[in-house]
Amino acid sequence: MMKENNSAPAKMNLLLSPEDSQRTLSPYVTGTSVVGIKYKDGILMAADMGGSYGSTLRYKSVERMKSVGKHSLIGASGEISDFQELLRYLDDLILYDNMWDDGNSLGPKEVHNYLTRVMYNRRNKFDPLWSSLVLGGVKNGKKYLGTVNMIGVHYEDDHLATGFGNHLARPILRDEWKEDLSFEEGVKLLEKCMRVLLYRDRSAVNKLQIAKITEEGVKVYDPYSLKTFWNFKAFQNPTVGAEGSW
Amino acid sequence: MFRKQYDTDVTTWSPAGRLFQVEYAMEAVKQGSAAIGLRSKTHVVLGSVNKANSELSSHQKKIFKVDDHIGVAIAGLTADGRVLSRYMRSECINYEYSYEASLPVGRLVVQLADKAQVCTQRSWKRPYGVGLLVGGLDESGAHLYYNCPSGNYFEYQAFAMGSRSQAAKTYLERKYETFVDSTRENLLKDALFALRETLQGEKLTSFTCTLAILGVGEAFHVLDQQTVQAMINEFELAGEDAPTAEEGDQAGGVEEGAAVEQGAPLDQDVTPMDL
Repeated sequence: MMKENNSAPAKMNLLLSPEDSQRTLSPYVTGTSVVGIKYKDGILMAADMGGSYGSTLRYKSVERMKSVGKHSLIGASGEISDFQELLRYLDDLILYDNMWDDGNSLGPKEVHNYLTRVMYNRRNKFDPLWSSLVLGGVKNGKKYLGTVNMIGVHYEDDHLATGFGNHLARPILRDEWKEDLSFEEGVKLLEKCMRVLLYRDRSAVNKLQIAKITEEGVKVYDPYSLKTFWNFKAFQNPTVGAEGSW
Repeated sequence: MFRKQYDTDVTTWSPAGRLFQVEYAMEAVKQGSAAIGLRSKTHVVLGSVNKANSELSSHQKKIFKVDDHIGVAIAGLTADGRVLSRYMRSECINYEYSYEASLPVGRLVVQLADKAQVCTQRSWKRPYGVGLLVGGLDESGAHLYYNCPSGNYFEYQAFAMGSRSQAAKTYLERKYETFVDSTRENLLKDALFALRETLQGEKLTSFTCTLAILGVGEAFHVLDQQTVQAMINEFELAGEDAPTAEEGDQAGGVEEGAAVEQGAPLDQDVTPMDL
């Protein structure tokens, strides 16, 4: 029987026990980019509501931005069920924090650091939570905007985006973002980003939400659609200027 | 007398509704050499009286840094005090790892008190024989807590514990109203005055006491001996050494409990192990 244990399948189990293979090793239902910016009174965030099953646009009403306690707002792209699991952790965290009932509370910086630890810990178990997260918040007059991804890379910035947004939205934000954007200006800027993403990201859908967090609290606005115009010449026959070799 | 029947383990009630073992543990605090603490809106000062066990030995450390924003002073069994400070340090460092923020003082104190409480409810354990003055700074300002072996804790403006701490308490009670808006320097001075009260006429020197401070923009640290001596000289020169009570009673009052910490004067024939 000793021999059995040393056989090939057992060797595989050294790294991957049977339970491990039950885990999410690749994403099933995913959401695409989240974009977040600082503005005059706090943080604004935008995300569309699509949920892709592989490349099929399977769900159309997935809320990908949620409040975390009084001072934070989280937006997620990537595996939706992993985000839901993460929200459970965060609920526990905030509940436990509130139960002290001592006037102290976790701010966005603390929540972001906690997320970083969770994400990096899971990746070290070779069982990552398949998400890119944006965490924004305001506490004691200080705005905070940070991000973490599935391997635990984390940083702060004045404006952030996940996934495709990094390529399509952030260049726009680098040109047009400024410190004291009003709410209206901020929403306009986010819509500009989301429109570009809608045109060029095949997983994006035209139903998006805007969320804001200020000293007063979190507000996730009702979903709406962007005006689009598809009759650009380049859209009509996209391959015209890009002839292949065959 | 009732005692004999009801003080053999911590979890046995006396008919009068008391837990003798827990009360004995609180005695250990009273017999340790004194420690005091006081706070303003922005600073906390901790102070302790150092008593060496013999001419040949040094005294034991009674003030510990837990983190940049928390420090403790202890009275009672020093060994228990060190165990608890180590626990507090690790709680702080774990919190910092998870949240990149410093643990609120009040929370640490609750955890500490819960830990002490468990010892009063398990037949195979003994209560900690140490009182802790926990000074700290967090979002909600400067705090000073007193934690005792029974698992109770209280927040104070100023407090003194240990042998002959009553004299220091009296001093602090007389002056505490001025502490809230006190400067850092005045707070240190009051700490030295309060410590001197517990010496009952013995001379206060930088050898016989330790002072530590923390506050806004100032991480917890123990003041070095020269600084303390300089402060003592300063107010002694200024003739501020208000008369303190009668001499004598060389650290008396301590009977068989003397083993407790370096505390009071040592009954030579009682070794710490006899406790």
